Amino acid sequence: MVKSGAQILVDGLLEQGVDTIFGYPGGAVLPIYDALYDAEIRHILTRHEQGAAHAADGYARASGRPGVCLATSGPGATNLVTGITNAYMDSVPLVAFTGQVVTAQLGKDSFQEADITGITLPVTKHNYLVKDVRELARVVREAFYLATTGRPGPVLVDIPRDVSAGLTGDEDPGPVNLPGYRPVTEPAPARVEEAVRAILAAERPVIYAGGGVVNSGAHAELQRFAELILAPVTATLMGLTGFPGDHPLSLGMLGMHGSKYANYAVCECDLLIAVGVRFDDRVTGRLECFAKDAKIIHIDIDPAEIGKNVRVDIAIVGDVKKTLNALCARLKARLPGAWQEKIRQWKKEYPLTYEENGHLKPQQVIREIYRATGGRARIATDVGQHQMWTAQYYTFTRPRSFISSGGLGTMGFGLPAAIGVQVACPDEVVFSISGDGSIQMNIQEMATAVNYDLPVKIAVMDNGYLGMVRQWQELFYNRRYSYTELRNPDFVKLAEAYGAAGRRVTKPEEVAPALAEALAAPKPVMIDFVIEREENVLPMVPPGESLDKMLG
Amino acid sequence: MRQTLAVLVENNPGVLARVAGLFSRRGFNIDSLAVGRTDNPAVSRMTIVVEGDDHTLEQVTKQLHKLIDVIKIIDVTAEEYVDRELVLIKVSADPGQRIEIAQIAEIFRARIVDLGRRTLTLECTGNEGKIRAFEESLRPYGIKELVRTGKIAMLRGSRYTGGGNGKEEE
Amino acid sequence: MEIVAAEALVRCLEEEKVEIIFGLPGGAMVPVYDALYHSKIKHVLVRHEQGAAHAADGYARATGRVGVGMATSGPGATNLVTGIANAYMDSVPLVIFTGQVNTSQVGTDAFQEVDITGITIPVTKHNYLVKDPKKLPEIVKKAFYIASSGRPGPVLIDLPRDVASAPIEFQYPREIVLRGYKPTYRGHPTKINEAARLINEAQRPVIYAGGGIINAGAGAELQALAQTVSAPVTNTFMGLSSFPGDHPLFLGMLGLHGTRYANLAVTECDLLIALGARFDDRVTGKLSSFAPQAKIIHVDIDPAEIGKNVRIHVPIVGDVKQILQALLPLLEKRERPAWLQRIEELKRLYPLRYERENGLKPQFIIEELYRLTGGDAVVVTDVGQHQMWVAQYYRFSRPRSLISSGGLGTMGFGLPAAVGAQLGLPGKLVILVTGDGSFQMNIQELATVREQSLPLKIFILNNQQLGMVRQLQEVYCEGRYMAVDFKFHPDFALLAKAYDMAGYTVRDEKEAALVLPEVLAAPGPALVNCLVHPEENVSPMVLAGRGIHEAIEC
Repeated sequence: MVKSGAQILVDGLLEQGVDTIFGYPGGAVLPIYDALYDAEIRHILTRHEQGAAHAADGYARASGRPGVCLATSGPGATNLVTGITNAYMDSVPLVAFTGQVVTAQLGKDSFQEADITGITLPVTKHNYLVKDVRELARVVREAFYLATTGRPGPVLVDIPRDVSAGLTGDEDPGPVNLPGYRPVTEPAPARVEEAVRAILAAERPVIYAGGGVVNSGAHAELQRFAELILAPVTATLMGLTGFPGDHPLSLGMLGMHGSKYANYAVCECDLLIAVGVRFDDRVTGRLECFAKDAKIIHIDIDPAEIGKNVRVDIAIVGDVKKTLNALCARLKARLPGAWQEKIRQWKKEYPLTYEENGHLKPQQVIREIYRATGGRARIATDVGQHQMWTAQYYTFTRPRSFISSGGLGTMGFGLPAAIGVQVACPDEVVFSISGDGSIQMNIQEMATAVNYDLPVKIAVMDNGYLGMVRQWQELFYNRRYSYTELRNPDFVKLAEAYGAAGRRVTKPEEVAPALAEALAAPKPVMIDFVIEREENVLPMVPPGESLDKMLG
Repeated sequence: MRQTLAVLVENNPGVLARVAGLFSRRGFNIDSLAVGRTDNPAVSRMTIVVEGDDHTLEQVTKQLHKLIDVIKIIDVTAEEYVDRELVLIKVSADPGQRIEIAQIAEIFRARIVDLGRRTLTLECTGNEGKIRAFEESLRPYGIKELVRTGKIAMLRGSRYTGGGNGKEEE
Repeated sequence: MEIVAAEALVRCLEEEKVEIIFGLPGGAMVPVYDALYHSKIKHVLVRHEQGAAHAADGYARATGRVGVGMATSGPGATNLVTGIANAYMDSVPLVIFTGQVNTSQVGTDAFQEVDITGITIPVTKHNYLVKDPKKLPEIVKKAFYIASSGRPGPVLIDLPRDVASAPIEFQYPREIVLRGYKPTYRGHPTKINEAARLINEAQRPVIYAGGGIINAGAGAELQALAQTVSAPVTNTFMGLSSFPGDHPLFLGMLGLHGTRYANLAVTECDLLIALGARFDDRVTGKLSSFAPQAKIIHVDIDPAEIGKNVRIHVPIVGDVKQILQALLPLLEKRERPAWLQRIEELKRLYPLRYERENGLKPQFIIEELYRLTGGDAVVVTDVGQHQMWVAQYYRFSRPRSLISSGGLGTMGFGLPAAVGAQLGLPGKLVILVTGDGSFQMNIQELATVREQSLPLKIFILNNQQLGMVRQLQEVYCEGRYMAVDFKFHPDFALLAKAYDMAGYTVRDEKEAALVLPEVLAAPGPALVNCLVHPEENVSPMVLAGRGIHEAIEC
């Protein structure tokens, strides 16, 4: 049977179990959109390609399945770059398809032509420019395989218009065969043995868990492991939902805006068990001082991360779930001792706090959101102070319930990501917690939310500033607020112009009723929380300092 | 048609990436690329063998010139030139065949640089034609491994391509 | 004297006489923003970095000066990529600064780190990662020089935070040396003579003028050439406004949606004088039938464009203004009655037209805007059908009065570019004509319009569709419309009010007659949502793979 490239692509997507694509059409993808016309795949038309990329990303983070986005050539493709880079930094399985000019026009500065494969070389796990329609079926299979295995990441497939319009016979390309890509998932038994010995010898162990736990689906294994060896667990931003935040062993987040007790625990531990993490600078502070007295065990599926930033004593390359299972099989339950007592004392002495002065405080708002949602909503955030407050004050207990841009720190991620999350989880409550700066970046996606009846709840922590930058200017530049003050639209009127519901909250007592009303509404709702203008995120490890030198 | 360009570039980090990116973006085919230092530490020299017709070569040259880091381009194939490439070939060599292979080596003034139980490794330097012929004569014995450096080239006579100021002088 | 490199950067910008920077701060750029705090350079805070890039671009196109944009590292930098690529494709002089993580952290996947120099290699004229703070002033001077000379284009400078915070002895270099960059301005005299000979001998010459005329400021020379030798002039999209739109020798735009008479004139001509144009696929249609009877003279400052797509008989590399100045004295005055008569005949046979009945037509709105502004406004557009209608129905009289994305065709360019254009031309009437699809892409910049109190007038030609794609699906996919119907739109007039601006909706010609003049005369920013017919097509149209002489009516 003869098929067009576009048809082969659609069939490839169906074979991969794709049920939703986020996209924006254009000339170079005309054949693909024509093939989608009859297909059993839901297409969500966003209002900007960046929205499509972030929505696909949010969809992937919430569901664990690969997110798929589609854009046209030239500006359509370049508009995906931030979203692809964001997925790359946070190891999210994303497959991006872009149209391209016809093969004969490549490299000639044609209309809406961009060298997207060249541009995205540094920010994709891999990418393809398909010049022959006979390659397309194989490429689609490979792309999904690469995106979802080993350390997940974004893969881009660039398809010239004559390739998607071109015809070829319908042949099975066979199973994926990539000699240059053989991820190791089984941990080496010798390394596991070494780790077990180190754990048995440790008196003050701490587990430092990250996004790898979530990607591996290893939250149950992590809990079992932690309970077995009675090691407190601290999480990175990416790992927050890998361990229940209300568990007695949970230390919450560590690092630049982590809790004091988490940071002290890491400073004083004698064994640091790093699980699915990468010793990022936001976590470690001054590298020479990070866990300086501890032996370090590092479990990660990406061998390149092991030893990249920090010297490691026991390196275990492998899938987190498999490795934790292997460890648990060789360990016996421990009894609590002095270390656990010390942790308990730290938690009592240095809780997260903020000053209550009758004004509307963002931390209060987050706590209220937590209460109103029973702690069980899917929370997407944007980037900035509100993101840190959410990580600190919303206690996450379900895996994949915190959808936030960690590595790239992309303002504007929240709303489109929340849309992707709502599409993946249609019956759940989905929030996007944003700042007034961030929410404006992809505000156009309000139209997408309303168009598809996605009842996302948008909480804008409105302080009239680019808050996090202002905080740095206050603490390190003598309060010289250079271009960080924002004059904003009337968010309530804006929401209504978009056909959503809008509400403004200025006093603490208004918060709970506003949230109740929002949760009851079957449509998207935007709540403008006018919060204390110059509230700071504390504690804070100043840049370049060690974790124990926290301010606040 | 294959043509050889000698390209003098600023020795800045990322120059190789810029040239490679340009070729990839414009769809020019690189047959081989050799890059190394020149007498002037601020300047590197690339010898690029490009596959394409006259129009392609013209575009390659013009597009390369647009790179700020490219100082000078000589189309070596348009003139009289000397070119060299080095190849290491590991060939199957049962004891009975060793003498024959050594004789081939002598014809090509190649050297035997390693001896394995069933293999010989030979090193040969020469122009494109000689290297090709050398490879072909060893092929019947079974080539186990082969690595080529890529071509480097220089104009004949007293004209030279200045490393520092890109000047040509007679 | 010793100052922090970030402070030196600001002084360099002052040396370059930069008046406005469009940007958005972030962690890696805090040192630079601190230095900007006391500078007299105006900084315009946008709401998305794409807005900064497009605003700097619109500013540059409107004024001819270098546009300057600034963003932080990581996502701030990647958000600029589309805007940079857009400037690259249209040869716009931009210098873009991005923050970067500390030099010791580069390449370690640090927070908000991205290899922006690697990413933008394909879409910048050149870029720099500053590793030595002492080299910063030299790099800035080089960047401005590269961006604004030869064929203009965007240059990016990536500045690590520790480099920005390091102390240096500031001295702005008087000269810079770029061994690998020596643009040619003077045309070769032999080639100019040959061109003159061909022009003098030609029977049916046509001038095909592009964006290069505007970049070179060669409008007067172009007019002198056309009038001296009586050669009709057609413009590319980027060349529009380089030749007076109501001049008798003007043929309008050629190419994919060009006038039929321009396309036929090119097909029938025996000499094609290409000035500052690049034979782009939107213009040429099927290459083998483009100007089949003509010898071609090609004048361009970029040697790589000459002979890239089409065989040229007389190539002249250099600045088009200088070359025309050298050429004009060698030309003989001609009247060419027969050829000009043929041109008039073509204009009579194939005028641009549309039906005014059956609802409010977008072409009508543009004609009205042309009439009400006396053809004197600076018109910014987005990308799509509305853009083509502006090209067809607004007759530009002064260069740099059409600000629109040609090569990359970037939807969302309009609003931020209009911000840049208005700030570059205070006191001039700047209007934005946009589509409902395009307008939403960078809608967040309405906040910037409000904050800067710009008297921008926005006209949305709202057909509730992704119009151009719908037209393509009608023509090529037998009307199988997929993902082009915006079933839901915000109420644009109400949205304007949320941004504290006047907002109107216009549904028919009567309402248009009332609202349009009022809006144009009002002092502040205003938005008009014009609900136009949803299935109007841009006509004529050259189908894919066909010659431009084979255009059809849609």
